[in-house]
Amino acid sequence: MFNTKRKKLVPLLLSSALMAGILAGCTSKEETTSDGGKSSATETVTFLIDNQTQLDGIQAIIDEFEKKNNIKVEIETRPGGAEGDNIIKTRLATGDMTDLVWNNSGSQLQALNPEQNFVDLSKEPFMESIMDDYKAAVSANGKVFGIPGTPTNAGGWLYNKKVYAELGLSVPKTWEELMANNEKIKQAGKTAVIGTFKDTWTSQVIVLADNYNVLQENPTFAEDFTANKAKIATTPAALRSFEKLEEVFKKGYLNKEFLATGYDAGLKMLADGEGAHYPMITFALANLATTYPDKMQDIGVFAQPSDSAEKNGLTVWMPAGIFINKNSEHIDAAKKFLEFYVSQEGVTIYSSKIPPTGPFAIEGVEVPDDVYPAVKDMIQYFDAGNNAPALEFLSPVKGPSLEQITTQVGSGISSAKEGAELYDKDVEKQAKQLGLEGW
Amino acid sequence: MNKLANKTYTYYFLLPAGIVYFVFFLLPTIMSLFFSMTWWTLTDWEFIGLENFKTFLSEPSLNIGFKNTLIYAVVTSGLKVILGLLLGVYLSSKLKTVGFIRSMIFFPTLLSTIAVGIAFTMMMHPSQGIINIVLSGLGIVGPDWLGDTDIALLSVALVDVWKGVGMATVIFIAGIMSIPQDYYEALKIDGGNAWHNFKSIIIPLSRPAMNTVIILSFIGGLRSFDLIWTMTKGGPGFSTDLIASIIYKQYQAGFFGLSTAGNVILFILVSALAFPLYSYLNKKEVDL
Repeated sequence: MFNTKRKKLVPLLLSSALMAGILAGCTSKEETTSDGGKSSATETVTFLIDNQTQLDGIQAIIDEFEKKNNIKVEIETRPGGAEGDNIIKTRLATGDMTDLVWNNSGSQLQALNPEQNFVDLSKEPFMESIMDDYKAAVSANGKVFGIPGTPTNAGGWLYNKKVYAELGLSVPKTWEELMANNEKIKQAGKTAVIGTFKDTWTSQVIVLADNYNVLQENPTFAEDFTANKAKIATTPAALRSFEKLEEVFKKGYLNKEFLATGYDAGLKMLADGEGAHYPMITFALANLATTYPDKMQDIGVFAQPSDSAEKNGLTVWMPAGIFINKNSEHIDAAKKFLEFYVSQEGVTIYSSKIPPTGPFAIEGVEVPDDVYPAVKDMIQYFDAGNNAPALEFLSPVKGPSLEQITTQVGSGISSAKEGAELYDKDVEKQAKQLGLEGW
Repeated sequence: MNKLANKTYTYYFLLPAGIVYFVFFLLPTIMSLFFSMTWWTLTDWEFIGLENFKTFLSEPSLNIGFKNTLIYAVVTSGLKVILGLLLGVYLSSKLKTVGFIRSMIFFPTLLSTIAVGIAFTMMMHPSQGIINIVLSGLGIVGPDWLGDTDIALLSVALVDVWKGVGMATVIFIAGIMSIPQDYYEALKIDGGNAWHNFKSIIIPLSRPAMNTVIILSFIGGLRSFDLIWTMTKGGPGFSTDLIASIIYKQYQAGFFGLSTAGNVILFILVSALAFPLYSYLNKKEVDL
């Protein structure tokens, strides 16, 4: 009697666990793609965006677009980060995707298998005005899949123009000139280079923003790096990026408490003129504009200089893109929306809501005259064609520990060479996890 | 007795707790053993044998991680035992304000670790933090508590002790209170003083309490994560990385199989250290 009871217990436990699993798998999706209540002539296009993106500019474009066309655009939001990536992957895999999809360009687009999931836009007339570098970041096998959703950003040296004027400095064209400027600023009793390593990601900027210079020396570095044919520690131009970071620390140009200082405090130091330089990505301009709107005229930006004055250009961060789902039933309406989005009108509407923090990746469109001086600085590099994407938009390989390694190099715990070797190992691990060829 | 129990209660009473235990503990444990041997992207997996363990063990920061984890566990559990015992003895005496002091000591245990971490990070700021401001008032130049790679780990360990010593004290008080008065009387008749009291009665007879504190705080130290992550994120560089923070970073990077392998390694490490320690300590216990 006792024994039979016991035998029943095990399958009962197992089956109830199974039931629990099934129930958990069946959680319903909250989706509202209903077009009930609307006249049947109106077409509805759905649009999935992550909840980290500022929607004001996008919504303004949508409002104007809906006025002009008999098409309605409905935004659905999703979480950002890894959770959001999984939602996109799952919805694409189950054929349950919205018509328009907002997603990062570069390596994070390749992870979505764009050829299988998105509409090829390379033949569309409105794609002609999109910058070639941007197209490269949203392409696979010669097909182009997306349009830029926001203006571009750049990695460079934000600087306080007032301090520069006070000390009679001029924008440096070589690394040596930059170091000479730093020396004068230090002598004047100000912080030459603001370091905010408490927020570790900020320690990477000097290394990442050097990619234009790396590519000038080694035009094929990105491909070789992806294919495991070039290492950072053994490529002098790439190692130089780490050496620059090391040099800034060794010469004592950083603020005294850079390990205990955070990003927000760094912005304050720059705005107040307590610090002269802040190696940063230009999305910081948006944060500065919110907190110190009256100081925006004092802030400028220049590209991280190389060792030669002839080679001087900006490393660019490519914006997220908008893509069309291949299984959408509203492809033509979606294309119409994208065409409007990248038109001069679309850009003007967007800029009226969110002041751009960089030039648009669209050729021939005008940004408003009252853009921040720093953005005007950036546009000069774009107009002269002196710009190149950051490495992460050219190669899917980016080691996850870079920010810890740059903290070590930037605070003297390890040398540039040791840091570069450590990063090569980190990269190897990531490439193996991605299953790339040649690793 | 056993037969009577069988007749009275059916095993179905175990079901609710059994299901919860199975679904939330046994199943994930078994699954993690499996996934630690795969290349796993949450939606997709491929069996790769022990590759993940090899990669994890060749992680450059892992040497530091193992060393730091041991230092952290030994320092925090050691200090908690010593301070907890002293405070326990002090607070089981007949002081007037004993209730007030007991709650003061116990209070940090109730706080959220994250809040404690954020508060202490601010207090340990090298120039604007209250600790160094007070020290400089006394004419001492305070160190950069969290920025100096030599002492950052110890700074975090001290905060852990501050937060955890209340729990240790309470356990010690309970242990000391349960010692029968007879022993003290016998000692008094033999002419013993306070030191003899402490050495010959309290220490040996509060052994069960001490063992509980050692085991709990040692295991807690080995798998500690939240405080170090709030205060230093393993930095500067990798200098305060613990095994748990290394695992978390692998997970953040999307290396799910690899981080699961790290967790299996941590599980083995904790078991390999905690079980022998536990049986060693138990052997030394005496009956009251």
